[in-house]
Amino acid sequence: MNGVPSDRATPPLIVCARGVGLSHGRIRALDSVDLDLAPGEMVGVIGPDAVGKSSLLSLIAGARAMQEGRITVLGGDIADARHRRATSPRIAYMPQGLGRNLYFALSVFENVDFFARLFGQGRVERDRRIGELLRATGLAPFADRPAGRLSGGMKQKLGLCCALIHDPDLLILDEPTTGVDPLSRRQFWELIDRIRRNRPGMSVLIATAYMDEAARFDRLVAMDAGRVLATGSPADLLRRTGTDNLDAAFIALLPEEKRRDHAELVIPPRPEGPDGEIAIEADGLTKRFGDFTAVDDVSFRIGRGEIFGFLGSNGCGKTTTMKMLTGLLPPSAGTARLFGATVDPHDLETRRHVGYMSQIFSLYTELTVRQNLELHGRLFGMAETEIATRIRTLAQRFGLEDVIDARPDALPLGQRQRLSLAAALIHSPELLILDEPTSGMDPVARDELWNTLVTLSRRDGVTIFISTHFMNEAERCDRISLMHAGKVLVSDTPANLVARRGSATLEDAFIGYLEEAAGEEAAPAPEPSPGGTAAQETRGERRFDPRRMLSYTRREMLELLRDPIRGALASIGSAILLLVLGYGISMDVEELTFAVLDHDRTTTSRDYILDIAGSDYFVERPPLRDHDDLDARMRAGDLALALEIPPGFARDIARGRPVEIGAWIDGAMPQRAETARGYVQGMHAHWLERKMRERTGAPVEGTFNLEIRYRYNPDIASLVAIVPAVIPMLLMLIPAMLAALSVVREKELGSIINLYVTPVTRTEFLLGKQVPYVLLGMLNFVLLMALSSFLFAVPFTGSLFTLTLAALLYVIASTGIGLLVSTFTSSQIAAIFGTAILTMLPTMQFSGLLDPVSSLQGPGAVIGQLWPASHFITISRGTFSKGLDFTDVASSFLPLLLAAPVLLAAGVLALRKQAR
Amino acid sequence: MRLANVLNLGVKELRSLLRDPLLMVLIVYAFTLAVHASATATPETLNRAAIAVVDEDRSQLSRRIVDALYPPYFLPPVLIDQTEMDMRMDAGIDTFALDIPPGFQRDVLAGRVPTIQLNVDATRTSQAFTGAGYIQAIVTSEIGEFTARHLIDAAPRVDLALRARFNPELDRGWFTAVMSIIDNVTMLSIILTGTALIREREHGTIEHLLVMPVTALEIMLGKVLSMGTVVLLASGLSLVFVVRGWLSVPIEGSVALFLAGAALHLFAATSLGITLATIAGSMPQFGMLLMLIIVPLQLLSGGATPRESMPDFVQTFMLAAPNTHFVMLAQAILYRGAGFGVVWPQFLALAAIGTVLFLFSLNRFRRSLQ
Repeated sequence: MNGVPSDRATPPLIVCARGVGLSHGRIRALDSVDLDLAPGEMVGVIGPDAVGKSSLLSLIAGARAMQEGRITVLGGDIADARHRRATSPRIAYMPQGLGRNLYFALSVFENVDFFARLFGQGRVERDRRIGELLRATGLAPFADRPAGRLSGGMKQKLGLCCALIHDPDLLILDEPTTGVDPLSRRQFWELIDRIRRNRPGMSVLIATAYMDEAARFDRLVAMDAGRVLATGSPADLLRRTGTDNLDAAFIALLPEEKRRDHAELVIPPRPEGPDGEIAIEADGLTKRFGDFTAVDDVSFRIGRGEIFGFLGSNGCGKTTTMKMLTGLLPPSAGTARLFGATVDPHDLETRRHVGYMSQIFSLYTELTVRQNLELHGRLFGMAETEIATRIRTLAQRFGLEDVIDARPDALPLGQRQRLSLAAALIHSPELLILDEPTSGMDPVARDELWNTLVTLSRRDGVTIFISTHFMNEAERCDRISLMHAGKVLVSDTPANLVARRGSATLEDAFIGYLEEAAGEEAAPAPEPSPGGTAAQETRGERRFDPRRMLSYTRREMLELLRDPIRGALASIGSAILLLVLGYGISMDVEELTFAVLDHDRTTTSRDYILDIAGSDYFVERPPLRDHDDLDARMRAGDLALALEIPPGFARDIARGRPVEIGAWIDGAMPQRAETARGYVQGMHAHWLERKMRERTGAPVEGTFNLEIRYRYNPDIASLVAIVPAVIPMLLMLIPAMLAALSVVREKELGSIINLYVTPVTRTEFLLGKQVPYVLLGMLNFVLLMALSSFLFAVPFTGSLFTLTLAALLYVIASTGIGLLVSTFTSSQIAAIFGTAILTMLPTMQFSGLLDPVSSLQGPGAVIGQLWPASHFITISRGTFSKGLDFTDVASSFLPLLLAAPVLLAAGVLALRKQAR
Repeated sequence: MRLANVLNLGVKELRSLLRDPLLMVLIVYAFTLAVHASATATPETLNRAAIAVVDEDRSQLSRRIVDALYPPYFLPPVLIDQTEMDMRMDAGIDTFALDIPPGFQRDVLAGRVPTIQLNVDATRTSQAFTGAGYIQAIVTSEIGEFTARHLIDAAPRVDLALRARFNPELDRGWFTAVMSIIDNVTMLSIILTGTALIREREHGTIEHLLVMPVTALEIMLGKVLSMGTVVLLASGLSLVFVVRGWLSVPIEGSVALFLAGAALHLFAATSLGITLATIAGSMPQFGMLLMLIIVPLQLLSGGATPRESMPDFVQTFMLAAPNTHFVMLAQAILYRGAGFGVVWPQFLALAAIGTVLFLFSLNRFRRSLQ
């Protein structure tokens, strides 16, 4: 299965798509698209933004659910889940965006290792393959660096390593070089070529916005507006359109109305004033992060109206420099001046003159395109009418009219870039700082953007500071700076640079400078031996593979270990909560305040009052003056009990006439009121009995004794009752919250795609993620048990083994609840709130923590019966205080045993294996 | 500070909130069904307590006692024999077991003062004390009535006319309903503001705000005010329609005054949310911090168990928590019908705590932006 023999007459197609259609709501992304891919072929999908390139690729990869048409991939229908499971080990898919399917907390090695394990490779095989790939991509020296700290180009290479780890027969790359510097891009394609030489049977499907890259593909599919415009080899297309480069060929292929506005970009010379005003001035600008110097002594001056280009390898400090200019980052040394004034983050006035577009899309995905633009306009203090006109103009200029009410997360990269740019321009700034504004944009859109920039510069005198990876854009700048490793290598006009370097093109000059600065590191490593890779058995057919599950377990565990604060919060937090709640929650009701309205003021009435005041339960407050006083003090909550002793109290008792003492208790807190009522009634009865005995001289004893035995907790210590119930509470709330973000976070940050396109099943995915949290939960359990025995000295009388076993089942259930919430929510906020609201109420109120479950009623009673905490509290109390062992609490184990599979099944049902 | 900016940023927050339908569903659930369930599920202090009786006497008197234990305070008593008693209590089936010895009636009448034994499962503290008191009173009164014809009535004829004010039936649902609204108010305001800030950070949007002429104060006020308004609105509606309407809990005091207090509390709680967000590095860390803060806030503020029974240091410490004052003023206003003249100290305390938290979080927020 490792490639198809090339000598066969008509090799079966690897991909055969017919009549594929896809709609996102009202937006038509694809419309009857056909596509073929033969074994060993490399096909490029080219076209402007938002024409459905990404949608098509994700459909072929099986990452997205099919709507219309039929796609046959590797001999089966991709809509068939069984076929997807069988073929996913043969497909590799690298989604759009810098490292979207990578895990930034994990190191380079660990990322590749994760994928290798997902594909079920053994240890020896893994190490060999990872070693080869890292060497081949030049990532070997950075094997231990967290992926999040890699530059964009390195992230793309790492993504490629992850995609190639399992020798796919079909490699699908969605704009793999967008946002990658020219040197890295060149290395990237060299790498792809080497891999193809080693594995000639592998088919490659690539979407790209770089037309110069498209020239190296066997065949091109030009797309526009969800349809295929033309197919053919690059030479074919050039011949058909009669053009000499693919950029021009593509534009020629576009329908008439799209082409109409396009004209060759002409940049008028900059009106040179010798005493030109300086717009931006950097002097010895330096930024250090710890011992890493990101920007090292950078100086430049940019005149008003100048277009100044900033070029350099990924991660060379361009973005950091730009952030210092905007005041987002304070420089470690040196100064930055805008229009002669030092950049001051507190100076709001300067910000009005600056428009900034960051490299990573940073507008609100929750707001529509229009709302985003409106918000920007308003925050810049523009008038409403002005905002409306401006939005109309910008939407038209950047082709955002059709998507004006769509949300940015539904838009492809290129359109999001245009939106960002429109937002940066909304307030007509005098200075534009644009961090790779054209990444991911198609050639037509880029030309349009440059038209706008040129107009702004030449007509309105707007200064433009722009970073880019496109050489044809760099050529359009008045001056450019080359940056590498925090330093500016050279600054000059593009023409001068080419001349100084003596190279043919600016790109060659650029790469020359970079290679010189970087030394020899760029040299490709020896080629990996192709022989061994064929020895690969068929995998991914198994329904449940513990190795795939453990791969997720490892990944989740590593992430947890990389964030020690989170683990510490979970453990130390549990301990602190046990302390606070153990001491804080108390069922005893004491020190109730009371006051008396004594109309009698005799020794008898005093005697009655003294009985109450003398008890531990009540604290006497100054006597009441009248009914108003009584009312006011009860309303204020000063008194839990008010007594009124009627006039002639002593006299009437003496005469045997019936007397009535009035008593009011504060019912605002019913539980306390009930207890107070019990106390008062008891004391009243006691007083009567004493009086009776005094008068009759009857026997001192009553008619009977009631002996109350408080079992399991003879001292009625609240702690003994509370601790065994607080432990279950904490083992529900904390592990559930820990697990609650694990799935939804992948959804929000994009790495959920790995679930869609790798052989891992939903069960393996969920179970794998659950394991580390169960372990952490058990660690908490041990910690809590130690605290309760050693610090609180709560006696433990039953079977520790039974409790531990129950705790394990219980923690599986509580993490399962968190995971379940995580699978059906779509934002981390909803997951946090959902977990809090869904676990706290049942655990605190319906599980017997304060009131026994048997006494509950209504829906609460039903929830209480089902909620795992109820059963674990029974086991916990039984083993802690009642000396019970397994056989005594066996009936409470059953619900805990059932909880795990039920929750898992619900989670699997709620989780999708494909995007919609 | 420009009010327009605060308003615009606030509207943006509200729009973000509306875009998460599941979150909206959860909020509605928290203020309706969850309030209703917790109000109706929690029993009166002593409700349907499980009791078993070992009647070794089988006399007229012992049957009288058994018959006197009836719902709603107790589940109908189960008659068991001595050997079953321990097993049933161990398994947690019965909270109380009353053991009436053989010859009990005879001994009572003969003045031999027999002993009746009441076993209480003291791990169920909430029922243990009250229940034991009730049983004691019931047994005493039954025996008293039984022996009345045999003994001279020498006791003074003093009645205790005991009434519960503000909640005559001591219906715990009244209490729980309002307390669950309070819990929701605190939890939601911390979560909404805190996560909104972390989301801005994780998605990089905060950076974009900072290149615009917007101050940290405006950003923070935008969040505090918008989320505060949502929560205030939700709690007001919940109080009127769920608590007063659906649950028919009479509200004695002024809802407006309560909402004014709630607004102050929200000010403090949303600031707390921002503070937590500036401490937490990521959303998962925030989730953990949230649990650490919210659980003590809910359980120790006096909304779950009475403040008086907590140890002094806990009581003192919890005075620093806005919840404590909010619970106090809510109880005073909603149950006791107290006016501003009574609850102003709580208003003052909330305003003070809120101001301190707000300034603290603003300071932290400003520094976190650097």
